[in-house]
Amino acid sequence: MAFKQVSSPHAHGAQNTAKVMQLVVWATIPGLIALTWHFGWGSFINVILASITAVVSEALILKMRRRPVGFYLGDYSAVVTAVLLGLALPPLCPWWVVVVGTLFSVVIAKQLFGGLGYNPFNPAMVGYVVVLISFPIEMTTWVAPLALLPDGITHPDFLESLKLVFFSTSPMDGVTGATPLDSFKHAAGLTVDQIYQQDSLFSQAMFAGVGWEWVNLGFLVGGIVLLGSRVFTWHGPVAMLVTLALMSLIFWDSGSSQSPGSPLMHLFSGASMMGAFFILTDPVSSAVSNRGRLIYGALIGILVYIIRAWGNYPDAVAFAILLANFTAPFIDNYTLPRTYGHTDRRKATERLEDK
Amino acid sequence: MLDFVIQQPIIAALVALSGLGILFGALLGFAAEKFKIEGDPVIDQIDQLLPQTQCGQCGFPGCRPYAQSIADGDEINKCPPGGQSTINSIASLLDVPAPELDQEHGQEEEVKSVAFIREDECIGCTKCIQACPVDAILGAAKLMHTVIADECTGCDLCVEPCPVDCIDMLPLDVGIKQWQWPSPPLPNGLIASDKTYISLNHEDAA
Amino acid sequence: MRQTWVTPGGVHPPENKLQSLTQPIGSLPIPDKLVVPLGQHIGAPAIACVSVGDKVLKGQKIADPAGTVSAAIHAPTSGIISAIESRPVAHSSGMDALCVEITSDGDDKWIEKSGISDFEHTSAKALLSIITEAGIAGMGGAGFPTAVKLNPGFQRPIDTLIINATECEPYITADDSLIRERAEEIIEGIGILSHILGNPHNILIGIEDNKPEAIEALAPHTQDTGINVVSFPTKYPSGGEKQLIYILTGKELPSGQIPADIGMVCVNIGTTHAIKRAVVDGEPLVSRVTTMTGEACEINRNYDVLIGTPVEHMLEHNNFDAQSCSRVIMGGPMMGFSLTSKQIPIVKTTNCILAPSVEEIPHNEPAQPCIRCGMCAEACPVSLLPQQLLWYSQAEDHERLEAHNLFDCIECGACSYVCPSNIPLVQHYRSSKSDIKKAQEEKVKSTQARERFEFRQQRIELAEKEREAKRAARREAAQQAQASTGTDAMADIIAAAQARAAAKTTSPEQELAKLQRAVSSAEMRVEKAQVKLDAALENAEPTEKINILSAALSGAQQKLEKAKVRFAEHPN
Repeated sequence: MAFKQVSSPHAHGAQNTAKVMQLVVWATIPGLIALTWHFGWGSFINVILASITAVVSEALILKMRRRPVGFYLGDYSAVVTAVLLGLALPPLCPWWVVVVGTLFSVVIAKQLFGGLGYNPFNPAMVGYVVVLISFPIEMTTWVAPLALLPDGITHPDFLESLKLVFFSTSPMDGVTGATPLDSFKHAAGLTVDQIYQQDSLFSQAMFAGVGWEWVNLGFLVGGIVLLGSRVFTWHGPVAMLVTLALMSLIFWDSGSSQSPGSPLMHLFSGASMMGAFFILTDPVSSAVSNRGRLIYGALIGILVYIIRAWGNYPDAVAFAILLANFTAPFIDNYTLPRTYGHTDRRKATERLEDK
Repeated sequence: MLDFVIQQPIIAALVALSGLGILFGALLGFAAEKFKIEGDPVIDQIDQLLPQTQCGQCGFPGCRPYAQSIADGDEINKCPPGGQSTINSIASLLDVPAPELDQEHGQEEEVKSVAFIREDECIGCTKCIQACPVDAILGAAKLMHTVIADECTGCDLCVEPCPVDCIDMLPLDVGIKQWQWPSPPLPNGLIASDKTYISLNHEDAA
Repeated sequence: MRQTWVTPGGVHPPENKLQSLTQPIGSLPIPDKLVVPLGQHIGAPAIACVSVGDKVLKGQKIADPAGTVSAAIHAPTSGIISAIESRPVAHSSGMDALCVEITSDGDDKWIEKSGISDFEHTSAKALLSIITEAGIAGMGGAGFPTAVKLNPGFQRPIDTLIINATECEPYITADDSLIRERAEEIIEGIGILSHILGNPHNILIGIEDNKPEAIEALAPHTQDTGINVVSFPTKYPSGGEKQLIYILTGKELPSGQIPADIGMVCVNIGTTHAIKRAVVDGEPLVSRVTTMTGEACEINRNYDVLIGTPVEHMLEHNNFDAQSCSRVIMGGPMMGFSLTSKQIPIVKTTNCILAPSVEEIPHNEPAQPCIRCGMCAEACPVSLLPQQLLWYSQAEDHERLEAHNLFDCIECGACSYVCPSNIPLVQHYRSSKSDIKKAQEEKVKSTQARERFEFRQQRIELAEKEREAKRAARREAAQQAQASTGTDAMADIIAAAQARAAAKTTSPEQELAKLQRAVSSAEMRVEKAQVKLDAALENAEPTEKINILSAALSGAQQKLEKAKVRFAEHPN
């Protein structure tokens, strides 16, 4: 076999898609730990349940599409989608919410578009939005953080959680509570200071919201690890976070009753960090050039803030990212890098006659 | 009058709609006048895409008449020398689905060929010269003829008229300069029915 | 320290250079048969000027350059020309091309060498012709005939001479060891280049900082010569001409231009050594330093190899293990090409033979779908978007490919190297580039064919029109004649037609000659008839016969009269 025709380059770097995907899964661990610590076993169960559903449904649909199942399962992309969706769903939500969301992600948003690399929208967020719109009650019921539970009550233990997930017909009582973004949405007429004083979610927090600040910090740590191992470039996440911070600073309104919240609160609430480092960095559905990713990230930052502040939903990362997915090809058309030896950037749609 | 219209929502809608209709109609009319396109560039564009072999395999006397015919609604799959790539580009120009080549008009050839006259046998009858659509044959009556290989389109219209059958269609040789890397198999070619590619590579690894 | 600039992108593959630097440049025994390809450079292949059976000496020219962009070929050793035929050559296609095979006689006897000791007093033109005659072509990889490069013309004054000693590909150490051992000759070669180019203002030797010994070896010879040795951080691909120009000068070579257009000439350092040998020692290019490396070979070192040495010969001498080898590569692991046969000979551009083990360079994994991760765009040294190019390459969208500057791709392989999905990006681009070039050629040809076809149509139409016009004129003339003469029009028409026919077929001179002939022949007939009549009268023949003869005579006489009249009537 020593003499055969192979195109250069012959050497290959150490990176491969499966490794990248695995790394992404590992990088969610700090966030998952924070979620489990503050909100109980729900997220953990979500992740496991979603992963199993994703792998099984991906295998089935690959079989139906007559593709080599082992080859494509080996890229771990289904697991990444499932883990991200599991983390995004509310802890202790009924099992069928997780399963429906995951099926929608994997089967419709990913495989029916052609599988990995061909999906125009982020599969996890498509699944999330579908269940969010379809099952609003289940999807807006969040477990209260550990620190805010009444004395003597703790989160259900693992077995209890499993029971709740699989057999409970109604949302559980006693342990639910509002999220920081919910609080702002529903606290009309109160100034930021008043909200902070009244709501133990803020009064007991360090800087953003009890539990949520830790979850976001966890995802921030994971994101920085990924950034360090060059899984993605800084452009998208930084653009999004900076824009989000800027928007909330501009509309801060010195904490009046009209204020939608402080920059710090926005950066460390809801899915801000997870969206910035794990969702918008999904390369398949984002813009491709670095300049394009700056614009793409900034657009998401603006959309997140607009929907959070003036929209109907308390959090908006999923919607913002899906909307930005639409614009990605358009952004690509206008953000080609300047190639060596050319004085100007070109336009992707440039026709030969135009020259 | 205005009050009447406002109180009758159906009439209000009708008025608004017809007003809009008149407005947009005027706009369209203006645009059609202002941005009028001279001539019929579609024929030119189709003609640009045809291979210009002038071979007549499509049933038309040359490429331009066929372009004209396509513009008038003829099938776009009658050109064997252009092959599938020409069909595809015409299809994308006209925004229609690309059919397969109509085998009735001939088959697409992998390797291009050009005419070659065996000069010893040529009797100098000039019949091939008259047949050549692009004046690629050189010669005079009672004198030997030869094909200018660079100008030959490979239409083989000269083969038939030759009374002594001294014209051959020879394939152009693919030398080291013409060689090119084949396009690698597409990743989505990895379907179950396409096992050879994977198993080959696994053998490599073994 | 001179300022250097940093190119975007690039990768840092393991260098693997140390293993071949443990020993000095060695030499191999002369192989029994050497196969010298006639096309070892860019441009037209040389034309063989020897025939089978000829005896040649080492350094004797065996093929003349064909045209300007070409290079001569010389016998690498003394021996007998045993074949001139197609053989597999050093090319990614693995195809055959014309080669001259020399059966070595083992003497390795040189032709008489005639070097020039004082090149400073020789004209640039003379030096350039020596370089052409010595068959020197760029030894860094592309093989562009050096004399052409050194002759940019007066309209392109050269102010910067760049010597490329980057050697950025992993494994290769041919230039490194050449510099370590023959720095003085190299500097002399640079002197010759500088003289030919009219002593450019800047002379820069660009070298990566992973070759400290080589930099040190150059130092004593470059002092007070105006030659700058510029070292810069190691990164692949710094050795590309465009990249090196940017690193050393901060200027970009505009797309589609050559360095001479911006006043620069870029020459590989191995080539400067060959130039020194050619000019000063009178030795044409018959050997070069080539790195033999890779784990599938026991010995890793550099050799001064005769051009035309089959790769098999090199491999055998280094205990090649075919079982453990994944592929044999000519060139480096990033841009070299895999060999399809071990008969392929070493040529002027062969800087390395790499025989890696399967562990070193594993077999290619099947490609996974592109996830557009953008690592390729990060690695691209010319700021392209490889993932978009892949997309359009698969769709065969030539227009988009060109809009994404496919033709600025230098095929360095950095994108494929980092691709986590193992996509053979470079192969996609190569294939697309060839497709586009072919389509462009076909476009030119079809335009030409269309023009010729339309011209022919016009010509045929014109001829048809002319014929039609003539026909119409005749018809009109007939009608006019009919109208003017009325009753005996028919006779007139016939007469007119006859007259036209006569006027058409004969010129006045021919007419005159014809009449004259008629007169003389009538005279002859009269004479003959007279003679016959006289004879008949003499012999007292029967009356009937005499009557016939006299009638014939009078008839002939009448005809003669008529002919005479017509002759006299003729305008001449």
